[in-house]
Amino acid sequence: MSDTADRVKKIVVEHLGVEPEKVTEEASFIDDLGADSLDIVELVMAFEEEFGVEIPDDAAEKITTVKDAISYIDTHKG
Amino acid sequence: MFDLTGMTALVTGASGGIGSAIATALAAQGATVALSGTRKDALEAVAEKLGSDHKVVPANLSDAASVEALIPAAIEALGGKLDILVNNAGVTRDNLVMRMKDEEWDQVISVNLEAAFRLIRAAARPMMKARFGRIITITSVVGTTGNPGQANYAASKGGLTAMSKALAQELASRSITVNCVAPGFIASAMTDALTDAQKEAINTRIPAGAMGQGTDIGAAVAYLASREAGYITGQTLHVNGGMAMI
Repeated sequence: MSDTADRVKKIVVEHLGVEPEKVTEEASFIDDLGADSLDIVELVMAFEEEFGVEIPDDAAEKITTVKDAISYIDTHKG
Repeated sequence: MFDLTGMTALVTGASGGIGSAIATALAAQGATVALSGTRKDALEAVAEKLGSDHKVVPANLSDAASVEALIPAAIEALGGKLDILVNNAGVTRDNLVMRMKDEEWDQVISVNLEAAFRLIRAAARPMMKARFGRIITITSVVGTTGNPGQANYAASKGGLTAMSKALAQELASRSITVNCVAPGFIASAMTDALTDAQKEAINTRIPAGAMGQGTDIGAAVAYLASREAGYITGQTLHVNGGMAMI
């Protein structure tokens, strides 16, 4: 597992208060991890801060699973 | 009770009668206050009365760039956090509907309603992170009752009330409350200009028999800003001497 994946999963566990083993790459934030729309906004804010990337709203809308977040960050981080 | 020690606040329109009374009330409860408005000298005069901790962050809310810069400037001036946002700034451009120009409508909506929306949007992010926030908007009794000659002003105030209710629902789970304080007639430079006969006519409409003072509004804002008011959100506190009971 990549460093990005570890850090993304850690943020998801902390923000959503879910068991680490539930945070698989395929897990959907809303359907599997119980996030609401405000949680997603906060997660995106946390990712931006942790990785120093800017995630615009249209990209944020497409991030629905843990894997989506990891690949967006891997592609865009400096 | 109602201690604001350690909390920081931004008050817009802080050089006016009601705005300075709000800033004074928050400071008296222990908050550190950033005073905003267009008149730097008048803001500095208010800040000087409040004491050395308080800051002046001038802004022109009819200018989009100035609105955008205000929250970051206030957070920097206040040492990195903003707990309380008081949207108090407002303008009037009264006219009967047949004579009201598009510009008069636009100016009032832009300063009173749009600027407040943009300031709240910018403040919501740090407040969400902090899991705490108090957003208090000064509306008016006319936002509920209407008032001839004030279609624009009444619409802006009614809009603020409805917007606050929507935002209260969005932000409640993060311990951010969003409320309004709706003044009735408050003694100010504007009401000082009225004749005795006009004042008399106004007072007969107020069960309390007199206009309110800026301090009455300041006290209501200080209460809603306090930790003790944390379970109150999406509400309007009417401060009008019984003039309208809603």
